[in-house]
Amino acid sequence: MSLMSLTALELGKKIRERETSAVEAAREALDQIKKVDKTLNCFVTVDEEQALHRAEEVQKKIEAGELTGPLAGVPAAVKDNLCTEGLRTTCSSRMLEHFVPSYTAEAVRNLENAGAVVIGKSNMDEFAMGSTTETSYFGPTRNPWNPEHVPGGSSGGSCAAVAAEECSFALGSDTGGSIRQPSAFCGVTGLKPTYGTVSRYGLIAYGSSLDQIGPIGKDAADCAAVLEAIASYDRKDSTSMKRDSYDFLSALDGSAEGLRIGIPRDYFGDGLNGEVKERILEAAKALESKGAVLEEFDLSLVEYAIPAYYVIASAEASSNLARFDGVKYGYRTREYEGLHNMYKKSRSEGFGPEVKRRIMLGSFVLSSGYYDAYYLKALKTKALIKRAFDRAFEKYDMILGPAAPTTAPKLGESLGDPLSMYLGDIYTVSVNLAGLPGITVPCGTDGRGLPIGMQLIGDCFQERKILRAAHAYEQTRAYSRCPMAAKQA
Amino acid sequence: MSKQYETVIGLEVHVELATRTKIFCSCSTEFGGAPNTHTCPVCTGMPGSLPVLNRQVVEYAAAVGLATNCTINQYCKFDRKNYFYPDNPQNYQISQLYEPICRNGYVEIDTPSGPKKIGIHEIHMEEDAGKLIHDEWEDCSLVDFNRSGVPLIEIVSEPDMRNADEVIAYLDKLRLIIQYLGASDCKLQEGSMRADVNLSVREAGSSKLGTRTEMKNLNSFKAIARAIEGERERQIELLEMGKAVVQETRRWDDNKEASHAMRSKEDAQDYRYFPEPDLPPVVISDEWLQEIRARQPELRSEKLIRYKKEFDIPDYDAQIITGSKKLADLFEATTAICKKPKKVSNWLMVETMHLMKEHGMEPEDLRFSPENLAALIDLTDAGTINSSVAKDVFEKVFLENVDPERYVDEHGLKMVSNEGELRSVIEQVMAANPQSVEDYRSGKEKAMGFLVGQTMRAMKGKANPAMVNQILKELL
Repeated sequence: MSLMSLTALELGKKIRERETSAVEAAREALDQIKKVDKTLNCFVTVDEEQALHRAEEVQKKIEAGELTGPLAGVPAAVKDNLCTEGLRTTCSSRMLEHFVPSYTAEAVRNLENAGAVVIGKSNMDEFAMGSTTETSYFGPTRNPWNPEHVPGGSSGGSCAAVAAEECSFALGSDTGGSIRQPSAFCGVTGLKPTYGTVSRYGLIAYGSSLDQIGPIGKDAADCAAVLEAIASYDRKDSTSMKRDSYDFLSALDGSAEGLRIGIPRDYFGDGLNGEVKERILEAAKALESKGAVLEEFDLSLVEYAIPAYYVIASAEASSNLARFDGVKYGYRTREYEGLHNMYKKSRSEGFGPEVKRRIMLGSFVLSSGYYDAYYLKALKTKALIKRAFDRAFEKYDMILGPAAPTTAPKLGESLGDPLSMYLGDIYTVSVNLAGLPGITVPCGTDGRGLPIGMQLIGDCFQERKILRAAHAYEQTRAYSRCPMAAKQA
Repeated sequence: MSKQYETVIGLEVHVELATRTKIFCSCSTEFGGAPNTHTCPVCTGMPGSLPVLNRQVVEYAAAVGLATNCTINQYCKFDRKNYFYPDNPQNYQISQLYEPICRNGYVEIDTPSGPKKIGIHEIHMEEDAGKLIHDEWEDCSLVDFNRSGVPLIEIVSEPDMRNADEVIAYLDKLRLIIQYLGASDCKLQEGSMRADVNLSVREAGSSKLGTRTEMKNLNSFKAIARAIEGERERQIELLEMGKAVVQETRRWDDNKEASHAMRSKEDAQDYRYFPEPDLPPVVISDEWLQEIRARQPELRSEKLIRYKKEFDIPDYDAQIITGSKKLADLFEATTAICKKPKKVSNWLMVETMHLMKEHGMEPEDLRFSPENLAALIDLTDAGTINSSVAKDVFEKVFLENVDPERYVDEHGLKMVSNEGELRSVIEQVMAANPQSVEDYRSGKEKAMGFLVGQTMRAMKGKANPAMVNQILKELL
């Protein structure tokens, strides 16, 4: 049996018990990458030599008793918008094609301190802008369940790599659903933590007030373990929060007893694909069988989430991406006349169309004369959406719904119509606007064999509750491997 | 000129705060390091870096606000000001637009018609940019980010000033307050204090404001005064010719004593301000504000009153000494040691001022210690050295901060009061100058001075002057 078919916790246990080693695990991950990544393109950069060297070091520390944690020696993929010292970090953009950071992101450093072995940087939508991983300068990632389909995005590389067993788990980032939606499309589990739980220091910003780093794994337990490793209060990130407890694993007791789950009618309307709706309602029933109490309710304001999100995220992005100007690092056009021509050409050539679209949109909504009508209104909408969730959490421990209205679309179907692509984010963006934690758990496939994910949304700081419910649900159905991984093994 | 015009002036003053580290990272603010040595991912705008606010910046800004009678905004926020320029590593400056830290203050200045309040619209915190250096040889520009992220406050006045004298008085007042607070050294020449002048003219008696211009690049009080005069004349000339003043930013060239337009309102940039998402609002609790208030040092006006009362020194002296934080500190520290305020004041007012002028120095450049000045005063008082030697020794103290006691010892400068020794020297002098002795005896009083001088010379200046006089008179 392949080591990569194990969950991260199972593999970590085998390594600790000397049944295998960090080096063997890294080798298997790298072998699997060689086998499948030509087709899937989950990775922008794989540093084989460095990964093996690191695995050897970790193994020595494990043997010396210096590393005893559950993730010691386990191979991981890191989304390519997280800075890694000495290892190029591209954001899947031509702009940063050759950019090598001088420092490592806090979350990655935490992961390394836990003994995980980073084997490569995973593909994504350019600067995390997109829902399909097709806007990458390095070509699209393909869905391991069916390479004709997209893996979702923007953390598509991370999610597809976990599903295709090219790594045991991965880090992604989620600004409007970028962990949860591709997790659903790839049949893996992905968690977006409460805003402020994981330090953003070293995460190349898209929408600073919405961005949050989170784990992607085969199951809830892996996500809980990885969250324990990466979450920390970090003085370098002023939006980071000191939490009372960083214990998540102990919440998983296999039961959903006592959990009140609200099912918003607004999430199950006309826009939702029939098969997706069926699988999710079945999953809800399964949770009921594990002791949860279900109730339908009206969340309200759902239709305002997407416009508010795209105004706020694009506004912040237009400013965050201003630093990529060809002056200090990154892409600079070859020939130019004067400063302004250098700026224009470097940015025109260095950014792809979706990034340019959002920079223009963001610059527009912040322009004098439009600020109040767009940006301020979006901020007010954000506050109202948060209030709607607050009301829901007075009655329920969590909210259950889909992660996306459909299963993964085919490659090339989405980019031609960006507006309908944006509308696909309807179930995920409000979670970011309200700063809440959300998790997606695989709950079956559609008629074409494409995975469907159920989303559980918790109140701020209630990761333990949604992880517990996700884990309880997993007890009712086994993890299904994607056909490609199953065939390889 | 047929009509009477009134000038209306408002000021935007940038002050570099004297913090040890930058506003959003822990890099040093020290001046003069090799290019890009005081930098890190934050102040060079590396991807993924995040700002962390320096508490000291908030405390200095609030302290200036309190000293200028402002309301402190206990829930202030940062905003991003977006514009592209290579000295600005993120291509946005973190500043405050919507919720600045201080609002609605004033300072009082003295004018010929009595005291006048100059309103302060707001004070906000922001970061400085880097420095561009153009390499003519290579025909390229280089950026030094050592200054990037150095903390600034911008003090925006109301348009309450009417002439250059009021502007200078206002700036002087601000400078003193800020120096007293220790928040900045406020040197115009070195750029730690920079003033932009907003000026418009209107017909006397009109209540409507005219179109204003903003004048930049003013590096001294003199340049400010000249620029105000020049801009006032330029605007009046335009109006007299029936032309309109264009709202624009102008750059003052002090060598040419003229300004030229930099950019007009039409090509003014849209800065697309929005709340800085990487920094939560700054909450200044009542307790914190109270701490800042409690730490406020004694300001000039309070010092002035105390000096006259406690030390009984003349108003004129007290004005001059409190006119510089450095002088006031020196005065108090020296007085604390030697307990002779009037003598300390005299040394500062006369010899110190004289030498400063001679060496083209500002009070901030003074390097001698209060201990050494106090020792010198004690030496003089005890009669160990005479006053002319004291002046020479003081020059050494002033320039090299020498220990006066040791210096007097090493150079054998102690006053000679030994009567026998003096008498024999005077006898020699009288013998060598019989004509002068004769002159004195025949009623020419002046000859006495000559003989004293000759005696002093023979004694290398160390003779006790009173005794020389006494012995001379006796022998004559």
